[in-house]
Amino acid sequence: MTRVFVPRDSAARSVGADEVAERLAVLAPEVEVVRNGSRGMLWLEPLVEIETPAGRIGYGPVAPEDIDGLVAGGMLAGARDLAACLGSVEALPWMRQQQRLTFARVGVTDPLSVDDYTSYGGLRGLRQALAQTPAEVVETVVESGLRGRGGAGFPTGIKWRTVLGASADLKFVCCNADEGDSGTFADRMLIEGDPFTLIEGMTIAAYAVGASEGYVYLRSEYPDAVATLRAAIELARTEGWLGDDVLGSGSGFVFDLQVRVGAGAYICGEETSMLESLEGKRGMVRAKPPIPALQGLFGLPTVVNNVLSLATVPTILANGAEAYASYGVGRSLGTSVFQLGGNVARGGIVETAFGITLGELVNDFGGGTSSGRPIRAVQVGGPLGAYLPTEQFDLPMDYEAFAAAGAMVGHGGIVVFDETVNMAAMARFAFEFCAAESCGKCTPCRVGAVRGVETIDRIVAGDNREKNLVVLGDLCDLMTDGSLCAMGGLTPLPVRSAVRHFGKDFGS
Amino acid sequence: MTSEVVAASSVPAPGRAVRVREIATELRGLRGSLIPILHAVQEELGYVDQPDVPVIADVLNLSVAEVHGVVTFYKDFRRTPAGRTVVAICQAEACRSVGAVELAEHAKRRVGCGFGETTYDGRITLDEVYCFGNCALGPAVQVGERLHGRVTAARLDALLGDAR
Repeated sequence: MTRVFVPRDSAARSVGADEVAERLAVLAPEVEVVRNGSRGMLWLEPLVEIETPAGRIGYGPVAPEDIDGLVAGGMLAGARDLAACLGSVEALPWMRQQQRLTFARVGVTDPLSVDDYTSYGGLRGLRQALAQTPAEVVETVVESGLRGRGGAGFPTGIKWRTVLGASADLKFVCCNADEGDSGTFADRMLIEGDPFTLIEGMTIAAYAVGASEGYVYLRSEYPDAVATLRAAIELARTEGWLGDDVLGSGSGFVFDLQVRVGAGAYICGEETSMLESLEGKRGMVRAKPPIPALQGLFGLPTVVNNVLSLATVPTILANGAEAYASYGVGRSLGTSVFQLGGNVARGGIVETAFGITLGELVNDFGGGTSSGRPIRAVQVGGPLGAYLPTEQFDLPMDYEAFAAAGAMVGHGGIVVFDETVNMAAMARFAFEFCAAESCGKCTPCRVGAVRGVETIDRIVAGDNREKNLVVLGDLCDLMTDGSLCAMGGLTPLPVRSAVRHFGKDFGS
Repeated sequence: MTSEVVAASSVPAPGRAVRVREIATELRGLRGSLIPILHAVQEELGYVDQPDVPVIADVLNLSVAEVHGVVTFYKDFRRTPAGRTVVAICQAEACRSVGAVELAEHAKRRVGCGFGETTYDGRITLDEVYCFGNCALGPAVQVGERLHGRVTAARLDALLGDAR
């Protein structure tokens, strides 16, 4: 039976993938329609793939109204002479030039097929882990050089070592899937496209540190991801991948996990605020120390990792720390899942080794703007990341290189803006957003953000411009140094970078 | 202005209190159960009403102030019923780079209410959202349960027309 792949990813659905799949089922009831994850070539969605002896042949973008013509033209037999035909999907330059480790199965498999998962290498990492001692697993992750993909870049293995060394009757693994940063969608696509990988990664983490309960804090704005992950957890329990005797190893290793849905608070992506929220409280940031590794959820030792960090652990265990660490540059080892969004011609997922330049991502993969106008700025790392001009496109994607340039890699999201953008308005928005989303616990963030909006308004209006620019600088210093967490501490990053690189928008 | 709207799912007060207690009792075994309870109440009853708060507080043995604090901290929890269709427009950076602010202004004029408000006839609630994770296919708009990408003003008009 011919297998046809139509993504179930919510980005693909937002441009008609469901209608395409429904129409296909009517036109060709003899084919099997598989709802895979997305390959991450989002400008080609809905991307329909036909399984042929010569590999999977892609067609895209396929609008629901195009389907009848494509089927009549022989799409289901893999006809290559159709305008929408992309040829072999694996052979497309966009795919060939990537090194997909974390995203190896996303877009390839049926996300909720346990058979697909195991036949494409799933569970190899967990089996390898269970054959080792917890301490050995932790050291493997340390040696791999994996750093927190949520944005802070803290070495994952070191965090795990701390939790392993803490003695407690109960420990937790919490996955931060509160992917609130604009321009980031890799967590969502991984959960929607390969949820078992996250479950496997969390299970390995739990084994390594001695935890028995896991929570995935998943934002309410991602209803499809919530449904997919909950379904995957049910299947994993049925298969014995979770539960009282994980993988039936007889080791007595017990682990189960559940999804908790956020409630629309950006601050809950900050790890201590997320823990408060998981405890059923307001998402108020905690002072550190104590660190969550020692006193985390309900005051107990807790691993808190981002989705991508945890989802990368299975490949590290399966293929070894050295194989992973052979990718990347400097202290940024392995691959990172970059996300191209905003005003970009070819938006989507680019998983590649650290060290690729910003310009290669935005121009070579992204193809410039979708509007066709010149690029003016890109924001890297979410709302708290710096705005960079095209002059800085030779910056390598590397935690240290970005920090040295007054920017941050963050969660790897890159948002492109064309020449029509007003950077004073974007700087003002950074403060507005901070004012709206601040938890309110510390004064620099709660009050500073409001004062920031007012100060930018005065600068733009030409009211004591020079003096107010000094005030703005002082305010940014104070927020950077005095805020309790990254919300207030990093809001100055987009603001200052906008003033530095795009001063003329501020009325100079 | 939303207080004039009567939700289709509105349950009379005594029945509502009983149901809220049942939901809270059913879920209270979860660790940190307050937020799952509030989600469940809102999903079934449409919003979290003020009289629900002491009921939930009683079941969880929390103070009314603690529950009130949580309800008001999170944007998701509605204190009044929403309109029949909730239209949420992303206003985050990626969608702004492709015209989401202009799209929102168009929507407000067209619908006749602002963000966080409901039309006088209870037909539409307009909300702003910060990121659906559809950043490569913006502007992103959610109408009811359904997410739409690359939404132009004309496309939004068509979607709003359907939301009657």
